[in-house]
Amino acid sequence: MDKISQLLKLLEKTDYLEINEFRMDFDELELQLAPAMQRIMQQAVQQQAVVKQASEIESLEFTPPVQDYPGEVAEVQLGAGSRKPVFLGGQKALYRFEDPQPNPPVVTFDVFDIPMPGLPRPIREHFSDVMDHPGDWAKKAVKEFGANMVTIHLIGTGPKVMDKTPREAAQDIEEVLQAVDVPLVVGGSGDPQKDPVILEAAAAAAEGERCLLASANLDLDYRMVAKAAVDYNHAVLSWAITDVNMQKTLNKYLMKEGLTPNDIVMDPTTCALGYGIEFSIDVITRTRLAALKGDQDLQMPMSSGTTNAWGSREAWMKNDDWGPTDYRGPIWEIVTGLTMMLCGVDIFMMLHPLSVQLLSEIGSTFTKEYLSTDVPDISNWITELE
Amino acid sequence: MQLTAMDIYKLLPKTNCEDCGEASCMAFATKLSEKETQLDLCTELESEAFTELEAMLAPAVREITIGTGDKTVTIGGDEVLYRYELTYYNPTALVIDIADNLSSDEFQERVKTIQGTEFERIGEILKLDAIALRNASGDPAKFAEAATKLKDTRFPLVLCSFDPEAMRAALEKVGDEKPLIYAVNESNLEEMAALALEYHCPLTIFSPNDLEKMKNISRALRSKGIEDIVLDPGTFVEAGVGDSLDDFVMIRRLAVEERDEDFRFPILGIPALTWLYEKDEVQGGIREATIAATLMNKYADVLIFHGTSIWELIPVLTLRQGIYTDPRKPQAVDAGLYEFGDVDQDSPVLMTTNFALTFYTVEGDIKGKANTYLLVLDTEGRAVDVSLAGGQLNAEAVADLIKETGVEEKVKTRTLIIPGLAAPVSGEIEDESGWEVLVGPRDSSAVPGFLSDLKEKS
Ligand code: SF4
Repeated sequence: MDKISQLLKLLEKTDYLEINEFRMDFDELELQLAPAMQRIMQQAVQQQAVVKQASEIESLEFTPPVQDYPGEVAEVQLGAGSRKPVFLGGQKALYRFEDPQPNPPVVTFDVFDIPMPGLPRPIREHFSDVMDHPGDWAKKAVKEFGANMVTIHLIGTGPKVMDKTPREAAQDIEEVLQAVDVPLVVGGSGDPQKDPVILEAAAAAAEGERCLLASANLDLDYRMVAKAAVDYNHAVLSWAITDVNMQKTLNKYLMKEGLTPNDIVMDPTTCALGYGIEFSIDVITRTRLAALKGDQDLQMPMSSGTTNAWGSREAWMKNDDWGPTDYRGPIWEIVTGLTMMLCGVDIFMMLHPLSVQLLSEIGSTFTKEYLSTDVPDISNWITELE
Repeated sequence: MQLTAMDIYKLLPKTNCEDCGEASCMAFATKLSEKETQLDLCTELESEAFTELEAMLAPAVREITIGTGDKTVTIGGDEVLYRYELTYYNPTALVIDIADNLSSDEFQERVKTIQGTEFERIGEILKLDAIALRNASGDPAKFAEAATKLKDTRFPLVLCSFDPEAMRAALEKVGDEKPLIYAVNESNLEEMAALALEYHCPLTIFSPNDLEKMKNISRALRSKGIEDIVLDPGTFVEAGVGDSLDDFVMIRRLAVEERDEDFRFPILGIPALTWLYEKDEVQGGIREATIAATLMNKYADVLIFHGTSIWELIPVLTLRQGIYTDPRKPQAVDAGLYEFGDVDQDSPVLMTTNFALTFYTVEGDIKGKANTYLLVLDTEGRAVDVSLAGGQLNAEAVADLIKETGVEEKVKTRTLIIPGLAAPVSGEIEDESGWEVLVGPRDSSAVPGFLSDLKEKS
């Protein structure tokens, strides 16, 4: 190696360079120095400057941006009597680095009082053997898929469905109560005339078991629903359609009927992913922020009818360009629910076991302290990923 | 901390010279506050006022462009924590990784898949934004070679290596295309910083679950004059996802609410890390999409994926489309009578609501596939089921719409096909309008089939 090459090599490796010495030793070569040489010199000088700067960097302290919230979310107990209770809400802050939430988000499995041939195939696959009996259906959801709760939808009471009587509805409730010991959500058929009557019969049948009656809204006799809850010790789902003011109004009305924030869960409406989910994001975010800022009419836990996701064509429609519906359906439900969960929703009505599992996994982290979990070393991901 | 037009006006020259193209300084100030014009269009500004205004107008999160020419993606630029307060800017860049040690065929195949990934939804083609080249081989020469190959794609690049030597080798090949450098950490800080400066490339800081260290590195880079920084606080995909969420939220809150200069940068997440723990293709895809959706909901500006299955990307692309829709834009289309294909007096008449999503979905389903009239009802921009529950979709409104649009003069039929979800009011519509009502499919994708069945029957 000639001297210049040696020098070049040497310079490449050095961080520090004694420029004066170098000039003396190689004075006679200066004129012949290749441009490359000059570049390296410049770089070395730059590097020296950089090193100098680096050593001046102070060590800054980091303080997490924690805020004070004047309000808090009420805690609602579901399940009493022969049920294992589940608690919703109770948040005193927006994020867990400020204050972990006292209760993790809860999932309630949808179960129906009729076999529901219209359910998407990926769901029927899991439940087809039990769909004739809501009790068995509920049992399977709890035993095999770890449901925290079960929602029994009394769809069959719909005048255009099977027009089941309040008595029959009460029997279905009793069947489910016998079959499982988790708390229940009781849903009607969506018929504004009949739902209050059905919910009242169900409430009486489940007296003292503290179910969530779904739902009270401005389109039906919400007073009757509220009264059933007060009389038989249940909670009420207060449903408004993506409208914070409507939600406030309805909550106020319900509280006039004798319910307290500890007896109300709000459903601000879940629009599915791709079908207006951004409206739900806005409304739910605003509702939770209002609660924490102290608006007493909105300080209740929130619920999401995540099952809506299955109505999206991306979830069920056969289309080879989109891949198998077996995977699309669950993801659609997860992403819909997850998005609502990240805006503050506390309880999710869902259908698919995998969706439930993934949502619960992420939700379970909400009660832990920041940096309290063992995390893997990911610093070599660039080479470790296959 | 929304900047008002008045705050801006105070610093403008107030001469109303109109050089900026606006009628007055106040009008210009209003446009500036809405981000609809450029500060440098004002010709009369003193440099001091310019600098002050520039700082005032800078978004809470720095806007950074990766790539050059027609291969670019811009990230950041956000002003608020919640979209309802204003809007979110610059949709999350969705990036797919590619390893530099793939065989030539595998490499080409993957690039092809990435380029070909697209999905159409409500009149918009949703696509991926960039490729992340991973120095999986650990070999600088291989890294540089692979980078060169990616020059021909239509995507800007993210170069992933913690080895400054490899990074330099790749930058020598593609540095002029302004790739995003990933990443600087404690141990390569000086070398990576020097490369970012030399090649004028944006630089990512990798500081997993350690925001204090991140702040220190950010400060160090900024003091060297590096302005384009991206933050990766680490993506943990299992129980650690709670920490990742906290890190993302804290960074953004510091940027927006406290204007902490060290954190006013876009955030990068790596759902691809899912595949370190999950090898099953289906489970992995579902989990990766789940992590991506989680981070996108909480401020991720760049997401690097490993999976390329369309069924896992569709929900993520769809979520992005929703979150980044500008809430200030009306969500309604004009009500009235629309025509599709060749219509005449024998054409059928359909009905839907004027919620933009609903309308574009229906439009996408019937355009080119059916010849039909479509009545669009003003439901104040609500979907069929929502407006039915809310009362905007009612028999009287439908009857009025039929009258007002004069559709009765255009067609012989007196049969209205309503959306399946509107079935509960079908009888009332008949009573009110005097038309016969036919309940159509619940999902408009079935409309063309429905119409051709109808035609056969008649
Ligand atoms: S160019 Fe400047 S000074 Fe002239 S009207 Fe516009 S804002 Fe005012």
